[in-house]
Amino acid sequence: MWDRNQMAARAAEELEDGMYVNLGIGIPTLVANYVGDKDITLQSENGMLGMGPFPFEGEEDPDLINAGKQTITELSRTAYFDSAQSFGMIRGGKIAAAILGAMEVAENGDLANWMIPGKLVKGMGGAMDLVAGVGRVIVVMDHTNKHGDSKVLPECTLPLTGKGVVDRIITNLGVLDVVEGGLRIVECADGVTEDELRAATEATLV
Amino acid sequence: MNKIYGSAAEALDGVLSDGMLIAAGGFGLCGIPELLLQAIKDAGTKNLTFASNNAGVDDFGIGILLQTKQVKKMISSYVGENAEFMRQYLSGELELEFNPQGTLAERMRAAGCGIPGFYTKTGVGTVIADGKEVKQFNGEDYILEEGIFADLSIVKAWKADDTGNLVFRKTARNFNPPAAMCGKICVAEVEEIVPRGSLDPDGIHLPGIYVHRIVQGEHEKRIEQRTTRTRENA
Repeated sequence: MWDRNQMAARAAEELEDGMYVNLGIGIPTLVANYVGDKDITLQSENGMLGMGPFPFEGEEDPDLINAGKQTITELSRTAYFDSAQSFGMIRGGKIAAAILGAMEVAENGDLANWMIPGKLVKGMGGAMDLVAGVGRVIVVMDHTNKHGDSKVLPECTLPLTGKGVVDRIITNLGVLDVVEGGLRIVECADGVTEDELRAATEATLV
Repeated sequence: MNKIYGSAAEALDGVLSDGMLIAAGGFGLCGIPELLLQAIKDAGTKNLTFASNNAGVDDFGIGILLQTKQVKKMISSYVGENAEFMRQYLSGELELEFNPQGTLAERMRAAGCGIPGFYTKTGVGTVIADGKEVKQFNGEDYILEEGIFADLSIVKAWKADDTGNLVFRKTARNFNPPAAMCGKICVAEVEEIVPRGSLDPDGIHLPGIYVHRIVQGEHEKRIEQRTTRTRENA
């Protein structure tokens, strides 16, 4: 089974030299630690390409934050722009990939990650725009929830973020692709058998 | 024509009215028009609708207008940082219209460009599409979203000249240009008003045609999530 960092490292393998990429909050943020020598430009949807690491203590700038509202830094390649242009490049298909977390993914690529009815509702932020606009949507999440129920389902039970938008799912148990008729196992995580992966997956596997 | 006003209260004099729609710039607490929001609180204007990506926190940003119950409705993409917001929303005191963040930005930009509606793939097949026209282009579904034509825009910039040309700083630009564009009147608060001719004409982020009133002031610029790394060779 993969831990958070191993999942992030596996997700980083999806990125190719020269890509412009948007990383979501949580495990996806860790992907930046594993891109190695690849020339990857990170987009922050609040208006920045070329996102740098957290600042050194004492060098935080209130005018320089990421989409998670955390203080960050700029790089020599950084460009700033307004929110309309930021989502113009997202909606316009200029961002090669988005790596983001999820509450549920369905076998047809439906994604739910923005609200749980009856609980506190915070909003979708930029998630709906990202999944509708970027070239490739990669979900990184735990395969099951804290009750042990599969998050990889025949159909989502929660309100959708996007319909038929997910291309690949990377979980602590392995990697799955959304294909015609269901999900296809790409690989199993270290120490996980295909039978174990199948048992933890409610969605149709083809 | 003089666009420069001596205080936020003076800059808003005569443009506030109960029930108006205000477009506000900012993302989280970054680049928010904090002085103008305080002046709206002091003016006591009521039943306001805000188009703003976020709703501030309890004691800063739009949050201060929630405490005084001056806000009737929010049009936002994310409101997770504000407990008082949630309390008022769940008790039915406050209306909330969620917009995907890019849809919100484009609704402002479009209105500012005289475009009353546009089609987008964002939200197709979700609750966001409920009640909206669906149209196919090249075999794919898109939904119709409408421009936000605001009564008033309030924005924050880094520098202005006396003609209202604005320059923003880093990610504090965010929603400020589209918010500025979509209002009948735009009031901008800035950290510094510089002499005409001292801004590079090639480096203007928002031309002064969009900006009607300017006020300079001291900004708190609060940080929401202070994240740092340690120096390896300190």
